[in-house]
Amino acid sequence: MRIPCPCCGARGNEEFTYLGPAGLTRPAPDASEDAWHAYMHERENPAGMHRELWWHGQGCRAWIVVTRDVRTHRIEHAALARDPEAAR
Amino acid sequence: MTTVHGTAQPFRLAAGGLIDRTQLLSFTFDGRRLTGHAGDTLAAALLANGIHLVGRSFKLHRPRGVVSAGPEEPNALVELRTGARREPNTRATTAALFDGLAAASQNRWPSLRFDAMAVNGLFAPLFAAGFYYKTFMWPAAFWERVYEKLIRRAAGLGRAAEAPDPDHYEKAHLHCDVLIIGAGPAGLMAARAAARAGARTVLIEEDERLGGRALAEAMEIDGMPAARWVEAVEAELAAAPRCRILRRTAAYGLFDHGTVGAVERVADHLPEPPAHLPRQRAWRIVARRIVVAAGAIERPIVFAGNDRPGVMLAGAVRAYVHRYAVRPGRRAVVFTAGDDGWRTVSALAAADVDVVAVVDPRPDIPPALRAEAARAQAQVITGTVVGTVGRHRLAAVDWRDARGEVTRMQADLLAVSGGWNPSIHLACHLGARPRWDEAARGFLLDTPPAGVTLAGAAAGRGTLAAALADGLAAGVAAARDCGFSPVPADPPRAEDEPRDGIALFHVPGHGKAFVDLQNDVTADDIALAHREGYRSVEHLKRYTTLGMATDQGKTASVPGIAIMAELTGRGIEGTGTTTFRPPWTPVAIGALAGPHRGRDFRPTRRTPTHAWAAAHGASFVEVGPWLRAQWYTRRGETRWQETVAREVRAVREAVGVCDVSTLGKIEVVGPDAATFLDFVYANTISTLRAGRIRYGLMLREDGFVLDDGTVARLAEDRFFITTTTANAGRVMQHLEHAHQVLRPELDLAMLSVTDAWAQLSIAGPRSRELLAALLDPGTDIADGALPHMAATSGSVGGVPVRLYRLSFSGERAYEIGIPPDYGTALMERIMQVGERFGVTPYGTEALGVLRIEKGHPAGGELNGHTTAGDLGLARLVSTRKECIGGHMAKRPALADPDRPALVGLKPRDGRSDIRAGSHLLSPGAAETSDNGEGYVTSACVSPTLGHPIALALLRRGPARIGETVRVYDALRGGDTLAEVCAPVFVDPEGGRTRG
Amino acid sequence: MRYSALALIRGALTGQRHWTPAWRDPEPKPAYDTLIVGGGGHGLATAYYLAKEHGITNVAVLEKSHIGSGNVGRNTTIIRSNYLLPANTHFYEKSLQLWEGLEQDINFNAMVSQRGVLNLYHSDAQRDAYARRGNAMRLAGVDAELLDAAAVRAMVPGLDMENARFPVKGGLLQRRGGTVRHDAVAWGYARAADRRGVDILQNCEVTGIDVVQGRVVGVQTTRGPIRARRIGLAAAGNSSRVAAMAGLRLPIESHVLQAFVSEGIKPALDTVVTFGAGHFYISQSDKGGLVFGGDIDGYNSYAQRGNLPVVEEVMECAVALFPAFSRLRYLRQWGGIMDMSMDGSPIIGTTPIEGLFLNCGWCYGGFKATPASGWCFAHTIATGAPHPLNAAFTLDRFRTGAVLDEKGAGATPNLH
Repeated sequence: MRIPCPCCGARGNEEFTYLGPAGLTRPAPDASEDAWHAYMHERENPAGMHRELWWHGQGCRAWIVVTRDVRTHRIEHAALARDPEAAR
Repeated sequence: MTTVHGTAQPFRLAAGGLIDRTQLLSFTFDGRRLTGHAGDTLAAALLANGIHLVGRSFKLHRPRGVVSAGPEEPNALVELRTGARREPNTRATTAALFDGLAAASQNRWPSLRFDAMAVNGLFAPLFAAGFYYKTFMWPAAFWERVYEKLIRRAAGLGRAAEAPDPDHYEKAHLHCDVLIIGAGPAGLMAARAAARAGARTVLIEEDERLGGRALAEAMEIDGMPAARWVEAVEAELAAAPRCRILRRTAAYGLFDHGTVGAVERVADHLPEPPAHLPRQRAWRIVARRIVVAAGAIERPIVFAGNDRPGVMLAGAVRAYVHRYAVRPGRRAVVFTAGDDGWRTVSALAAADVDVVAVVDPRPDIPPALRAEAARAQAQVITGTVVGTVGRHRLAAVDWRDARGEVTRMQADLLAVSGGWNPSIHLACHLGARPRWDEAARGFLLDTPPAGVTLAGAAAGRGTLAAALADGLAAGVAAARDCGFSPVPADPPRAEDEPRDGIALFHVPGHGKAFVDLQNDVTADDIALAHREGYRSVEHLKRYTTLGMATDQGKTASVPGIAIMAELTGRGIEGTGTTTFRPPWTPVAIGALAGPHRGRDFRPTRRTPTHAWAAAHGASFVEVGPWLRAQWYTRRGETRWQETVAREVRAVREAVGVCDVSTLGKIEVVGPDAATFLDFVYANTISTLRAGRIRYGLMLREDGFVLDDGTVARLAEDRFFITTTTANAGRVMQHLEHAHQVLRPELDLAMLSVTDAWAQLSIAGPRSRELLAALLDPGTDIADGALPHMAATSGSVGGVPVRLYRLSFSGERAYEIGIPPDYGTALMERIMQVGERFGVTPYGTEALGVLRIEKGHPAGGELNGHTTAGDLGLARLVSTRKECIGGHMAKRPALADPDRPALVGLKPRDGRSDIRAGSHLLSPGAAETSDNGEGYVTSACVSPTLGHPIALALLRRGPARIGETVRVYDALRGGDTLAEVCAPVFVDPEGGRTRG
Repeated sequence: MRYSALALIRGALTGQRHWTPAWRDPEPKPAYDTLIVGGGGHGLATAYYLAKEHGITNVAVLEKSHIGSGNVGRNTTIIRSNYLLPANTHFYEKSLQLWEGLEQDINFNAMVSQRGVLNLYHSDAQRDAYARRGNAMRLAGVDAELLDAAAVRAMVPGLDMENARFPVKGGLLQRRGGTVRHDAVAWGYARAADRRGVDILQNCEVTGIDVVQGRVVGVQTTRGPIRARRIGLAAAGNSSRVAAMAGLRLPIESHVLQAFVSEGIKPALDTVVTFGAGHFYISQSDKGGLVFGGDIDGYNSYAQRGNLPVVEEVMECAVALFPAFSRLRYLRQWGGIMDMSMDGSPIIGTTPIEGLFLNCGWCYGGFKATPASGWCFAHTIATGAPHPLNAAFTLDRFRTGAVLDEKGAGATPNLH
């Protein structure tokens, strides 16, 4: 796969480390067990478009939010995780 | 054309072909010395010598000959080369001939002509598809001991080499605008169009020559012989500035986002690779547009006896005649289901082969073809071939007419054509599903993946003119898609008569009719699979092994599917095809491994003082990617334990020096750095004063311990933190995540500085004295100015250094950081000025012993299964602030007081070894999992205490000090009793550390 | 018809024309006692053990494609019970014991071949970790041996012992581990279940799960609605999708795992070998192909195919271990979709929905688990409660923290 890094351009996926779904909101420390359990463990794991976190560890070290169809691996969008636009 | 007679290459035509007759090459087959010419494949050279019997089939050991002239070859497999370079299952049809080539037939004993295993043929009725699933079950113990051994010995084809591959391999990357796969007429047109438009163009071709089918047919393009036209285009492409041609290069896989894997056989056509060249080169090509012009593969027809040597694909027959100037037989019959097969008549006639007959089931043969047959004096027969005769070679062909009457005629060559299967394989690697096209009589791909186009015969274009025009269009479109402006051009003139035909896959009859020649799958096997319910294509494939041989069913799959489709009545479209996956053609494992083999399998990281250590008696140990000094043997020391004990004593009694540069080092800088570190460490960091150091414990978000290290506050907004060697990468990733994803609002930046500092630890009661002698004047290292867990800076010989007073060994200790280029110089200076204090270099083993004596957790304890509480660090976890892992650490199973927790162990008898990895049981308890109470995490013999000691995680351990546990190590024959004690064996009050 | 050498010989005289379908192709009935969603190894084994062990035969297995089209036919065929954590060790040991008697039990030769599984170690720390595991196995009554370098060299002649970047120091050996002919497992269980009355419904995709007042009552399928009060989901690779039909969100990500086969060669490797300095495992099949694989690609995928970096990494490992295999060619590769769970261990048990049972999260250990998974899942469905062997594999364990994390990697699926 080629991951379109917003800093470095398209790079081979071997330069990146994958973490999992993006956009999960880390609960407040005093949030309920359910909220923490959902955040930590429960995954939608859709067979379709997926917003996910990749780390360009062998490049610019940016965390990137990639929107990708996990059935075809087609990438629709990539943005920096720290960019508020991407966090939408 | 006439034949050269004589012993040398008796079936070589006197003229013609694309071989270099000036180069006579000698080679051996099964030890027999033969000759061929440059430009031959091994198969061509064998046929030129009249050798048709080249192998034995997988299961029934039937005699087999050359079927094809390309990578689809199912039969002609040999062991190529000898010794460490032996390559089993090499297709003679693609192996370029070189001088001195040695090939041997496979899967036969004692010889190819007299193969004892051919007795299997007698049992053929027993060896039906899947027979092994139904038997060999009784008696139960016999499967592995008897039956399986026999099966394994009988299975497999060639033999692997028995010594390491002496050749080397390369990996290379290539980026381009347009990649064209296949340099036949369509591919050449596409490449020319893309190159003329100015696109960065790459053309790859599996063969050593460009041209594809154009080399095998007597055709004309733009009024010149096709081969000459190919040369002209090739010359233009070679001169084009942004075009690259890779010959002998097979694209084996299409991967995501325009990535193509290809392997270039750089030196396979040479006796051995010259020193400066790899044997093969694995390319990773990233293209914006890909044109798959891979051509088509001729389809055989399944009939009884179709596996006899001498039965060949018609297109292959023409290739041997036209390209290799080989006369593939004396008396030939052509059996075809379409016009295309009729080309073979004139090709053979020109090669001085008697064409006895053309057998074609179609009643209405076009007059032009009839006339061609008449010119060759070949009989035209409306019918089908239903059988063959012969032992090691075809002797006669049986054909049946419309009335069912069977006639036999003598022939030693049968050229078969059942139509052509477009080579869509690569374009399907990303999951696109092909569709059966009745008109094209083949599977076509209507919806290739984004950025990929099929062109020419691969797209089902039936004529040369159509293929040329299609290639041109594909090249123009690809270049335009990449933003170039192609120059308008007309396709070249070429033959454009549609070639008619019918779909004929299988001629029913008596006798073994082979679908998969290599795996000996017959039409009857498919019928059996159907009877037993294995009817989906995947079941068919897996139950009968159809298409699973080294040729990957390139010729077998479609006839097999068609036969099943007929049995089920679902039609070919309703039956579908199995999924095409990489590799398109088998690829050497070594090619994809590239240079990453042997000692170069992975990079070796060496510490800044590596060379110094090597020169001073160090033995090295693998620590992840690092090589670290394990100990420094002195003259007279015979056991490593002796060495380590000396090093440990030196640290405890005088001073030692150790390279600790492998620890992960990260600088965290910014106004919010302290807030951030409070978030990522379980303990509080923000209260640390500048110039001070604190132990830091990191949790994973799930509440288990991730890593530990130290945090030095260099300034209000600047921290220098360390990680364990093993976790350096993971912690960096974790911290970047915590910042960029979880706390992007915090104003800070961080940088890994692991490689920016050589870091040496000076530990022992005399370390301060040594340091004082080492440092340039001006740095106050008195305990008042630099107490335990404080940091400062200074210089050594004018080179600025950082100083951290912290201890892993439990002794007074300092770590000195210096730019890595000065690492060795610093080590030498330390040894020099430290001599009078008895300074001793020590390695990782002594380091480990020292920390076990002090009960510091390390790799054995930070194993991903432990909580802060397990390690006795619960008090560190701040409850007054939020941190990663803080919430999940409160889950019941993590807070369970019954969990195994850190303790020390001493052997009850004062001498028995305790080994890491042993389990703990209560004395007298039965040896069961339920009675397991924990395990030993680290162990050593303590030179300080004079007996073995260990760290362990023991259920409710801290409450059981003084109790006895059984140390169970059945795996290594160890079983001893140990006393549970506190995990700090030396100086529990810590007085020595503080000095 | 019973399978035997005699039956084959009889068939030889008549062109093997007497064989009938290995399993029937029935029309779906409107209702069954129990439905199993997923006609892979686990689903078929579950149906078989429901019938055999619990006498529940009014069962249908619903398969969206053809049976065995998922991971039972896309793996590296290894069986073993060399686990560290007792819950896993005991479960996989049950599986190994069922494998050992499988052929006679189901009258189908799945070629269970106990050729040994050897995990190599390359450092003292790794040796100690394997010792911990081996001792845990011995406590659980499972065979385990620790070999030194010389013993490894004698057992596996082709290994690079001299020139390796990470020299082999020894290995943890389970002699009873080995390989099985994977497809035959699905077919054998299907035939055996069918003979006990189970309906195997192929091309029958579940499109909805009907839940009324917190209890399942049936499913919607591409072949019409089917009623049942007990439904077991065994659809690894698609677990999240199927469970979502019942409103469940699982602690699972779907990842692709690639595997490879070389061209067939004469016997060259007698044991299953795993590399300790790279993620890699290899064995040789009865047909002669070397079967090998490595790590998952590492990102969510339902595409059943992988990418080049992992391909190359696996090949590098192969040559690093066996430098003489360098000139052999790899012939086929494929990708399977793994249910990667949050702790690397499976889930077999009840769900918050009455009558709905869950079997998922196999990561890449699913094939070897097939018999025990079916056996335990059948028990759980038949009795409504887990067997002690699968009592730890609850969905609830992530909430409580009683995770079964063999590797100690944490709640990150692609690290397991």
